[in-house]
This record gives sequence, C-alpha cells and structure tokens, in this order.
Amino acid sequence: MGKIFAFHGGIHPPENKKQSTRSPIRPAPVPAQLTVPLQQHIGAPAKPCVQPGHHVLKGQVIALAQGKISTSVHAPSSGTVIEIAPKPVPHVSGLSAPCIVIETDGKDTWIDHTGLPDYTQLKQNELIDYIRHHGISGMGGAGFPTDIKLHLGDDHIVNTLVINAAECEPYITADDMLLRERAEQVIGGIEIINYLLRPSHILIGIEDNKSHAIRVLEEAVRGSSLNIDIVVVPTKYPSGGEKQLIKLLTGVEVPSGKIPADVGIVCQNVGTAAAIHQAVTQGIPLISRIVTVTGDAVRKPQNLEALIGTPFKTLLTAADLQENKLSRLVMGGPMMGFTIEDDQIPVIKTSNCIIAATLDEMPPAPPALACIRCGLCEQVCPAELLPQQLHWFAKSRELEKAKHHNLFDCIECGACSYVCPSNIPLVQYYRYAKNEIREEEAEQRKAEQARQRFEARQARLEQEKVDKENRRRERAEQAAKAQKAKQAAPASESTPKATAPGDELKKLKTAAAIARTKLKKAQTALEKAKAEGMNDLSELTEQHQLAEKAANEAQQAFEQAEKSAATAAPSGPDLKQLKTQAAVARTKLKKAQQALKNAEEKGQDGIESLRTTVQELEAKAAVAQQAFDDAEQSNEASHTSPGENPKLNGLKEDAEKAKATLDKAEKALAAAIESGSPAAEKMKAGVEKLSAKYQAAQSAYEAEAKSTTPTTVPAKKEEAQLDAKTLKQNVSIMRTKLRKAEKALGEADAGSDTAVELKAEIDRLTSLHNEAKLALEAVEAKQQADAAKQGIDLKQLKVDAAMARAAVTKAERAIKKQQETEPEAELTSLKESLVAAQNHAEQLNKTLSQFE
Amino acid sequence: MALIRVTSPHVHKPAGTSEVMRLVILATAPGICAMTFFFGWGTLINLVLACSLALVFEAICIKARHRPVSFYLKDNSALVTAVLLALSLPPFAPWWLTTVAVFVAIVIAKQLYGGIGQNPFNPAMIAYALVLISFPIEMTRWTAPFVMQAAEGWQVLSFTDTLSVIFGGWQTAADAFTSATPLDEMRHRAGMTTTEIWRSSSVLANIGAWHAVSAAYLMGGIFLLYKKIFTWHTPASLILTLAAVSLLFYVISPDNYTDPIFHISVGATIFGAFFIATDPVSAATSNIGKIWYGAGIGLLIYIIRTWGNYPDAVAFSVLIMNLAAPFIDQYTQPRTYGHKSANRGMKE
Repeated sequence: MGKIFAFHGGIHPPENKKQSTRSPIRPAPVPAQLTVPLQQHIGAPAKPCVQPGHHVLKGQVIALAQGKISTSVHAPSSGTVIEIAPKPVPHVSGLSAPCIVIETDGKDTWIDHTGLPDYTQLKQNELIDYIRHHGISGMGGAGFPTDIKLHLGDDHIVNTLVINAAECEPYITADDMLLRERAEQVIGGIEIINYLLRPSHILIGIEDNKSHAIRVLEEAVRGSSLNIDIVVVPTKYPSGGEKQLIKLLTGVEVPSGKIPADVGIVCQNVGTAAAIHQAVTQGIPLISRIVTVTGDAVRKPQNLEALIGTPFKTLLTAADLQENKLSRLVMGGPMMGFTIEDDQIPVIKTSNCIIAATLDEMPPAPPALACIRCGLCEQVCPAELLPQQLHWFAKSRELEKAKHHNLFDCIECGACSYVCPSNIPLVQYYRYAKNEIREEEAEQRKAEQARQRFEARQARLEQEKVDKENRRRERAEQAAKAQKAKQAAPASESTPKATAPGDELKKLKTAAAIARTKLKKAQTALEKAKAEGMNDLSELTEQHQLAEKAANEAQQAFEQAEKSAATAAPSGPDLKQLKTQAAVARTKLKKAQQALKNAEEKGQDGIESLRTTVQELEAKAAVAQQAFDDAEQSNEASHTSPGENPKLNGLKEDAEKAKATLDKAEKALAAAIESGSPAAEKMKAGVEKLSAKYQAAQSAYEAEAKSTTPTTVPAKKEEAQLDAKTLKQNVSIMRTKLRKAEKALGEADAGSDTAVELKAEIDRLTSLHNEAKLALEAVEAKQQADAAKQGIDLKQLKVDAAMARAAVTKAERAIKKQQETEPEAELTSLKESLVAAQNHAEQLNKTLSQFE
Repeated sequence: MALIRVTSPHVHKPAGTSEVMRLVILATAPGICAMTFFFGWGTLINLVLACSLALVFEAICIKARHRPVSFYLKDNSALVTAVLLALSLPPFAPWWLTTVAVFVAIVIAKQLYGGIGQNPFNPAMIAYALVLISFPIEMTRWTAPFVMQAAEGWQVLSFTDTLSVIFGGWQTAADAFTSATPLDEMRHRAGMTTTEIWRSSSVLANIGAWHAVSAAYLMGGIFLLYKKIFTWHTPASLILTLAAVSLLFYVISPDNYTDPIFHISVGATIFGAFFIATDPVSAATSNIGKIWYGAGIGLLIYIIRTWGNYPDAVAFSVLIMNLAAPFIDQYTQPRTYGHKSANRGMKE
C-alpha cells in the first residue's frame, strides 16, 4: 500500500455501479455487420489494405498504420468486406468517418495467430512495433496509440509507471469487471510494459469502491515477480483523470502544457495492459473490448465483451432495452460522455460504456439562472481554476482574460457544472471559449503568413529593380568602353559582338541538347515500332533521319559558336580571369608555406602532409602563371594580326571536322561490309551523306577564302554594301544641310567671323554632298549594269512597277465606288481585275527588289 | 428515436439556488425565535411586512424587465434579503421605515443593477445604511429586552399594541422605545471607564439577552456551514480579526477599550459574520480572498465602533469591503494545477 496524497476539489456523484456488476462478463453476440472505423484514436487514420469483396478472417489486418501516430486495424470476425465508405462513428460532432464494413459469415474463424514465446528475446523497438502492429491503443479516455507511450522510454527517464484502475465516472464498471475476472492478464501486461520502460516504481491506483477487484488484484500481484504497489484512493470524481491520479499517487503535478513523461511518469489503463498481454503472448490483436451496458432503460444491465465494430443496437438488445423508456443514449460516463442518436454507431477501441437513460434518470437541465457567485465551482475544480471567472469571461467574450485565467488547463470534467446551484452549463461555455480562441489563433497565423509572403514579394521586386538598374548601368559602361576602344583603334579587327557571348553560347547549347533529345525520341519510336512489327516504317524512319540531321546541325552550330567565341576574344575578360587565377594560386601557395614554416618551428604534427600540400600548390601556381603568360602572348599576337577572319576559321574547321567524320564513317562501313553486317546498306547511305557534307563544307570554305578581302579597310567595304536607298537618303540629307548653311550665310553679316565659319562649313558640306551623289550614281550605274546583264532595262522596270501600283489603287477605288452606289450589284468582275493588278504589281516589285 | 441531444455532463446535484436560499432562511429561525422572545412581536410583524413588500417590488421590477416573473421569484433571493433586513431593523421600526428600506434594498440595490447575481453591494446593508443615516431617531426604537423573572410569564408588549406602534405611530410612552443597545451605551459613555460603565448601566445589566440572540444566530451559522452553503473562511476570519484587534487594544488600555468577548457577542457581529458577510454575490470569490475580505470587515468593525460616529459598524464595514472585493479577487487567484505560482492581477 502506497502513500496517498490529495488533489483539490472533486465531487461525489451517486455511483450507480452496482447495477452492472451483478453478473459476470458475457460475450456479446456477433452482429450481422461490423463497421470498423479506420481512426479509433488520436493520430492518423489507418490505410485499408483490403478491397470490397475480399474475404477476411478474424484477426486479419485490414488496415495498416500510417505515420508516426497511428495503429493498425484488424477484422473482428471472419466475413466479407462489403464497402469502405464514410459511416457514422462515435464522436461528439456526429460526423461520419471512413469505415470498413464487414459482413460476418457467422463462422468466426480465426486467422493463424501465435504469440511470442519469449518477448524478452526481442529488442525493445521490435516489441513495440509488434504491439503497434497488433492495433493496441489506449482503451480509456482519449485513446493514444500505445506504441507512442511505450517509446517514451527512448528519450525520457521513466521512473514511475502508473496503472489507472480508478474508473471514477459513475455507471462505468468495465475495468472493475476486467480486474475481477482477468487480473492475471493485467499483471502480465504490466510486466511487458515494465520490460519496455524499466520504471523504478509501479503503482496501480484503484478506488475504494471496488473492494472485490482489490482483493483479486492483490492476489495476482503476489504471483508476480515485480514490486507492484496497489494504492487504494478514496472514491471521488475525477480521481481517474491522468493528472489527478498522478497527483494522488505521487504528489507530483504535471506542469501545464507538458506530458507526464516530462516528470518521469507514464500512465496506462488496465484494459490496455491486458490487451498488450493478449497480443504479446497469444498474438491476439485488439478486436474486442468490455463494454458496460447500463441505465434504467435496460432491464439487464451488465458488462459485455463486444467485438469492435458491433453496432450499439446489438449490445442494447442483448441487455434487453425498453425503447419506450429510453430518453437519452450516452456513450461514455454521465460526466464526460456524449449523447448519440443513431444506435447503429459501432463500438470502437475507446467505447467503455453506454448508458440508456430514462427521463427521470437524466432529466433535461432546467433553465440557467444568473451566477450568484457562490464559489462552489471553485471548491470542486480539480484543476484549481476559477470557473466562475472563466464563465464571466466566456460569456462576455473577453477571451484574453479567459486565457490568462488558464482556460486551457480545464480538463472539461464537468464537476463545476455538476455543483452549480444556478444550473449554468459551465463546461459548454469553456468549450465555446476554447474554440473561439483556437479559431482566432489560426486566423492570426494565416494573417502572419500572408504578411510574410507579401513582404518577401516586395523585397523580391525591389531586388529585381535594383539588379536591373545595375545591369543596365554595366551594359552602358561596357558599351561606352567598347565605343572608346573602337574609336581609339579603328584599324583593329571588329570583334564580333561581345555582348553576352555567354548567352548566345548557352542558347546554342540548349538548342543542341533539345535536338539530341528529339533524335533519341525518334530513335526509340522507330525501334518500338519495329519491335511491335509494324509494317509502314517509312514515316518514322524519315522523322528519325530529320531528327538526326537537326541534331548534327545544332551541335555543329554550338561548337562553331564556342570556337568563334574562344578565338574572337582571347582578349580582356579571359586575360583578366587568368591573371586573377594566377594571383590566387600565388596567395594560396604563400599561405601554405607560412603554415609549413609555423608547424616546423613549433614541431607540430602533420608536417609531411603540409609539405605535400605546399608542393601541390607550387605546381598549381606555376601552371596558372604559365597559362596567363601564354594568353597574354597570344592576345598580343592576335592584336597584331587583325586580318584573322573568324568566319573563315569556322568554315575551315567545319570542313576539317566533316572530313574527320567522313573518314570515320568510311572506316566503319568497310568494317561492316567485311563482317557482313545487315546495317551495311544504311551505313553506306550515311557515308554518302557525310561525304556530301564534307564537299559542301570544303567548297564553302574555299569560296569564302577567295571572296574575303583583307579587312584592313572594313569601312569602305561597309560603304560599298550600302544599298541605293540609304545613299539616296544621304544625298538628300546633304542637300538640306547645304541649303541650310547657305541660308545662314545669307543672313549673317558678310566679313564677320561667323560668315567665315559658315563659308568653311558650306565648302565642307558641298564636298560631302558631291561625294554622296557620286556614290549614289555609282551604285545606280551598277544596278543598271546588273539588270542589263539579265536583259532588263532597270528604268523601264521601275516605270512599269509604278504603273502597276497605280492600277491596283484604281481597281480598289472602283470597287469601293460600286459598293457605295450599288451595294447589291455583283462585284466579281471588278474583284478579278483587282486581283490581276495586284499580282502584276507584285511580280514587278519582286524583280525590282533584286536590284535594290 | 427522439433522443435528447446535449453535451456533458448529464447529471446534476439536486440542490439549486432556491434550495440554498431556503436553507439560509431556515438558519435564521433560531435567531428569529430569540428576537421574538426578548423583544416581542415586532420582529415577526416586520418580517411579514418586509417579505411581502419584497416579493411585490421584485415582481414589479422583473415584469418591467420583461422576464418571466414566477421563475425569478422562485429563487427566494428577495425573501432572503427581506428576512435579513427585517432582522437588522429595530423591532418597533415604523412601517414606512421598513417600506423604504425594502424598496431601497430590492429595487435600487438589486434590480437596478441587473437582478440576482449582479449587485455589487449587499442589498440589505445598503438599505440599512441608508435608513440609518436618513432616519436616525426611528432607528433607535429598541425596548429593553425582556428578562424572565420567576413565575412571571412572557411579558412583552401585546400583539395588537405592537401593531399599533408599528403602523400607527407614537402611541405609547416614548421613553419605552428609546432604550439603548449595549453598543450605544459603550459609545456614549461620556468619559466613564469601562468598569464604571459596567457597574452603572442598566442596559448592560441585561446583556444576557443580547448574548442569547448572538448564540442563536451562531447556531444558525454553524448549521449553514454543515450544509456547505458557504465555507468557514469569511466568518472565521471576521471574528478572529475582530477579536485580535480588540484584544490588542484591551490589553493596552482596559479602561478605555472594551474586551473582545463583548465585541463578538454583542451587536450584529455574529449575525453579520454568518449571514451578511457570507452573501456570495458581493463578497470575494477565492478562499484566500474570503479570508482577506473577512479580516477587512473585522478590522473596520472595530475601528468604526471605537472611533467612528456610529455605535454599530457591521453594515458600513461590509459595504466598504464590498467595494474592495473585485480588487481582492484579482490579487488572490488560486494557483492552477501545473503552474508554479498564481497569477496576479490581469497582466501576464
């Protein structure tokens, strides 16, 4: 017998337990249908592993545990799974939850099940997994998956194991009968839990109104090797609440917001202990439990061993319910249970009692008066709250004050409501206030998240703006630099645009990659078609060939760009990079040398490794320096030979590459022909293609080499390429400028400085004008000559083109006029003439554009 | 099935507010008997008058507030106020005095604040204080208590005569009704020492009657404690504080101050401790709060009795501590399970 402490408050409602302890536990009849919910505890619902139509045996797993806090579900009897659908479940809300419905076949055949011969052979983790797999979860109260509580030994120091046999609520006698009839199972379960948690003390808390059970329990404890203390506590509600029982047995208060394991205590229900014993020693999963069926509306109140999933109607009928007397069905006890209306709701792992109450037994609550501040609620509150104040605050929605008065420490036991002289439904006020506070906090969290996202977005936009500014500035600076460089050295070769060469390169690279994937796709499609034995492969082969061609082209373009980028700019950026790399290598080397020197002086370990590091770094530094020197030299060399034409180089390389690929293919073809491979024909075709490519590349290169003139006078070349149009514009611009200058001269005073200046200006402009005119005439003459070569009079052609254009406009106008005057009339003839005129004009324009 | 659908809990203790109030009225029965025995029919007549007036006034107010009249009258709270008020007023108080007192108690001090449970001050004491200050002469209509002499029988003013005094006015000899109470005697001692007063005053010679009345009220109070209508904290604290303070002063100067037994057993101390200060609506909530509340009343009773203007101070002390009750509540919250210390005030 252990020492008993006390907890504050508590009430003594009439016990009403004698009715249901008069007869022993009887097995409940197996119902026609079992509705097994997938979630019968706190945590995630289990995932079904059977389908409608499957036949299941008793004890077979029908749903597997999902996630950390979950337990498996087993078939309570043999039968067929009918459906997996939402059904009403025992819950305050009255909502439905997913259930597995089994139609029993009446045979109740067990699946093969054997327990563990010696559970001490298993490691603790394995044993806990075994328990979890057998669906054991808390059978009193909230229903926590037992494996979670058993894992508490991993990261908490458990020094006391409390077994809850108190059963403080009136009417309920399930645990009492279990102890009376199956105390050895309970002790066996305690031993298993002891093996898993290794506590220093084991206490069983039981109320003094269960004298029979205490006797049996004492007998059973004597037969165990463990040192178990049976502590008999005075009958008071709610001494079976976890926190209150812990205070009763150990005098320790569980801190607010923490779990008992944080103070080294683990609490388990006797029913759970018995279930653990059954699972471990006999392999029986949790498929049935003892349910007290009581109340004045049943003629034979008793305890029944019911299968999980049994509808309550079955149990009530077994206890001989008188429907005309029934006024209230309470699941659980009268203090904390909830009412149900549907008697098809099934028994779950936490259903310990059902009360079929008459109107006299549980009359509806009279209307509430105002609170007279008597303070009785505070006298009885086991959590030592001020229920009166909480009631005021909940009523006036002063939720902050309610939280401050520790509203969330309320365990909703109902003692305050029980004693209130004004019949105020206090617990309902607290539930309401708690919900309001939870909702407010959820709203706040949402608002906070939205605010954070908004601010992040603002910051991102700001950053983008800043980045854009920086980039623009950099580009402007670079352009200015390039401009300066161009003006300073007009003779130097015009490097191809260095603006974002990296981007160009990247684009080509991605294009090449895409082409390669397309090729692969076409290849697989072709092979698949071949494998499936399709006849018409021509389309697929064509696609394949196209894809191949595209891939090769893309690859070549990319490599060309790469090369050109490399050759075109052995210039500033690369040089700078190499320079920095060399400098970095030098600094690293210096550091390592210093470290080596220090180590040597101090005689520390690892000198050898340091020495090797130093040597490596020396080598690296030398390499970097060499690279930089080479680059510098080649840069100078490249600057002194501005005649390098990258295009020419590219073509040359193309030709060379094509030759190389051709050689390879020819070799392969020879080999294939030798070995008589069936792919020889194809390869031949490929080789021919490649040779054609090579020819093309070669000719292109030669053409380019011939046509390329030394680029020492690129300016003139550019001018020569200007077309007639721009020249004409130039001429007119010069003319206007000249005219303006002459006008200014006329206005200015003769002999003044401005006049002299203006005259010089006029001279300059006149010479420019003449130049432009000459250029234009030259170009025009050229055009004429070209046209004459082809037998076309350019002038005449121009006139014809103009006339054709005029004809088109005429035809359009005629149509419009006709539409306005006679909208009904046929326009076909006019339209035809319009079309003809348009075609003629197009043709002439085309020919003309050849020379312009 | 049409089943009742409601949330827990599903059972309730049988007693409600009306039962509590009935028990309180029942507990005043010994006191009523004692008062009637020593002072005649006046107490009973006043009781009947006060109770009927209280019910009428309450009914009118509830009707005016559009509430169900019988539901609110059934809680007996108006009756309790009327009974306590009637017992506080002198037995021969004129009818209009009683009427005014009941009106103030029920209508002004209770219903106008919002009805049952909403009054910040004890209604009976508000009425008593108002009437005491407004009609000081009428509030001293006490006769000398009847002292049983051998084989005399119960010699008090006859029933009809009492009725005529109460309802008719000053009919009989005026001086018969200006007898002082022991506290009056002590208050207006005019310089005599305590020993001299005890020897000379005739009122104090009959102090046994007053002791008997206090004892009767004590019986009622203990009965209510047994029935758990209220806890021991307020009465015990009140009496003990009063005793302690008066003992202190008595020890310092016995000639000028009266002894603790006198203070406790005379006047309205016991009555106030068990029936007035324990009115839950206007008192402090938590047990520690009740101790402070009772102690405050005890201290104030002694101070006002000794140095204040009025001979009896229970009403004023109670009213002053009613003012302090919310403050006491804020600073005497209990320590909740699982918390290290109690909250103080409204800050976190």
